[in-house]
Amino acid sequence: MLQVDPQDKARLIDPLFKSGPRFWLAVLALGAIVGWGGAMYVRQMLLGLSVTGMNRPDYWGIYIVNFIFMIGISMAGTLIAAALYLTGVNWRRPITRIAEATTVFGLMIAGLQVIIDMGRPDRMLSMLIYGRAQSPLLWDVASLTMYLLISMFALYVSLMPDLGIVRDNLPDRVSGWRRSLYTVLALGWRGNREQWRRLERVILIVSILIIPIGVSLHTVTSWILSTTLQPGWHSTILGPYFVVGAIFSGLALLFIVVTILREVSDLKFYLETRLYRRLGWLFITMSIVWFYFTYTEHLTVFAGQEAAEFPVLASKLWGADAPAFWGMVILMVLAAYLLIFPLLLPERWARARLFRPRFALATAAAAGLVLILARAPQAQAVVAGPTTPNLPTALLSTGVVLVVVVGVSALALLKRHIVAGYIIASAAVLVAMWLERWNMIIPTVTHPRLIPWATYTPSLTEWSLTAASAALFMLMLLVFFKLFPPVSLWEVAEGRVIDEALAKVEIPLPPQSGQARSVR
Amino acid sequence: MPRWAMVIDLDKCVACQGCSIACRQENNTPVVSPEQAALGRAIRWNDVFPMPLNQPETAGEYPNVKLRYITRPCMHCSNPACIKVCPVQATYVDVEGLVRVNYNRCIGCRFCTIACPYGVRYFNWERPSWSPEMARHLNPDSVSEGGSLEGPAVRPKGVVEKCTFCIHRLRKARARAKLEGRPFRADEYVPACVETCTAKARFFGDLGDPESTVSKLAGSGRAFHLEEEAGTRPNVIYLREG
Repeated sequence: MLQVDPQDKARLIDPLFKSGPRFWLAVLALGAIVGWGGAMYVRQMLLGLSVTGMNRPDYWGIYIVNFIFMIGISMAGTLIAAALYLTGVNWRRPITRIAEATTVFGLMIAGLQVIIDMGRPDRMLSMLIYGRAQSPLLWDVASLTMYLLISMFALYVSLMPDLGIVRDNLPDRVSGWRRSLYTVLALGWRGNREQWRRLERVILIVSILIIPIGVSLHTVTSWILSTTLQPGWHSTILGPYFVVGAIFSGLALLFIVVTILREVSDLKFYLETRLYRRLGWLFITMSIVWFYFTYTEHLTVFAGQEAAEFPVLASKLWGADAPAFWGMVILMVLAAYLLIFPLLLPERWARARLFRPRFALATAAAAGLVLILARAPQAQAVVAGPTTPNLPTALLSTGVVLVVVVGVSALALLKRHIVAGYIIASAAVLVAMWLERWNMIIPTVTHPRLIPWATYTPSLTEWSLTAASAALFMLMLLVFFKLFPPVSLWEVAEGRVIDEALAKVEIPLPPQSGQARSVR
Repeated sequence: MPRWAMVIDLDKCVACQGCSIACRQENNTPVVSPEQAALGRAIRWNDVFPMPLNQPETAGEYPNVKLRYITRPCMHCSNPACIKVCPVQATYVDVEGLVRVNYNRCIGCRFCTIACPYGVRYFNWERPSWSPEMARHLNPDSVSEGGSLEGPAVRPKGVVEKCTFCIHRLRKARARAKLEGRPFRADEYVPACVETCTAKARFFGDLGDPESTVSKLAGSGRAFHLEEEAGTRPNVIYLREG
């Protein structure tokens, strides 16, 4: 019989066997969206890909955007868990399971996107039978399969002791299949010395392997684009740029999943706010590196003005893709502001009038009013001279100034409510990274060399399948966290032992120079 | 082994689009509805379009504007960008330098349509359909070896197709020569577009034979390739307008 802390049992094991109406409502809602997507997919199968918004030359649409996006957000989970494990970071313990689960299910959804995008999904197995080793698509299939397998393995191995604990601490009344589920999956885990020794060894090896495989997956995904001759893709920077974007968006997803779990279940005890601060440093670093790569990528194209390349950039800067591009930039700037600037506000300034929430709210209302007025139609001046005041421009600049003031005065609020700040920033980063994947794919495919340029608008089918994929991802996570403890029982218990041991260690102060002299 | 090549003399081409029509008839190209065509889903193995295509402002300024037309089959490159990206070897170069597509193996990932710098590859967005009169007059030819399906054979939906240099005509010419018990000669076969060309602007033949018409024309000072900087080494050679 494996023992468990009674508090851990109450917080982590018992909720697995109590599903309230909220859980079933969520399952039902997500299931309905998935069902709708399934129906749309059957329709696409019957009618062909003509039901999408794709055409010539937009041979790839948001299915591929979703594919790259999902690979990105799923890459970070296991990678971060492994990196934190290898560096021996103690605060990682409550989030490893969540991180690994998002990776496994995210990769499954990513693979699904490729199948949705195929004209002939029935011939999928040809990739294995007739695969051409030279094709980057085949490299990606290999890399994705490897990363998925090793992530599933990592998730399962670290789940095994917990399965043993759950098996031995089941509530009194529990259905038979749940009992046998944990018994079978625990694979006879007894928690003896030899089993622990082997487990630690396996986790170490897997953690080391995961890092190169994870990096390779995202690099290879970028190579699908950069090994072609297409304008805007044929670039060496895409590999590292994709890796950085992947870790960045993956962290954003991690923050969101952690926050949702905090809010809907009794896990605040484990998922503390200090987690946000610690992981936040990595998040901020990735944000800065992302800006650096984005700037470099676009600067070289802008400066070169090459005949085939430049139209792609022009489309992003002021053409059909400008809303996606500038939307991405604005959201990323917002996220960076929310993450970095509250840290810069000195504690003693926070009491100033400027930083009162009331002031921020009032300024926000004023900014909204002014911006609405700026958009309203104006009576045209009969004779416009250099001295005629330009009202819309004046209103617009006032509005922009007010928005900046709102940002500044909200700093104290953000400093106090770190979770709120992080969740807004994470949502902004997730949307911006999806737009970044759009900006990577769509402007290039719509601006080929010898096909008339076109614009691309996703159809209802494509949006439906995107929503259904997102819903399926959430549904998988929801069911997984209902079947298995979302926070690793044994890792948290182990962390407690280490913390206690560390608390007992007394670090002697170095002898001061004066004392040293007196001894002599 | 011949190395098939086409020479298109732009000085002679009148942009009548006869090659496009002949190609359609010969190769059972699916006809799409006007709505689908407006979406950019028309399939033209042999296309005729103005150059410069996308940036008309580069065509010069009045009174020195020169709008040129170009007619574009598949380039059948010696170093094709499309075959390298196909994950299932559905598209490949054969020993005679023809870039081919096996409709029975294509998984419809559309990577090749994106990788091709010339945009010669087309995707079947829906099941091909013809009006009843046209359906009665489909070309019955097809090329099939060990489970593959190529040439003018009617394509299923969801696969990629493109110009084959009328490979079924090559097969027929070879079969005829064999039946008559004589060696096959490279001038026994031309694609439909070459046969129909109103202005006799297209030439077809074996680039490996230094005495062939295409070899001689390829040595002309006017000869050039489309998108030469892409490094694909096309086997369609254009002769510049004078």
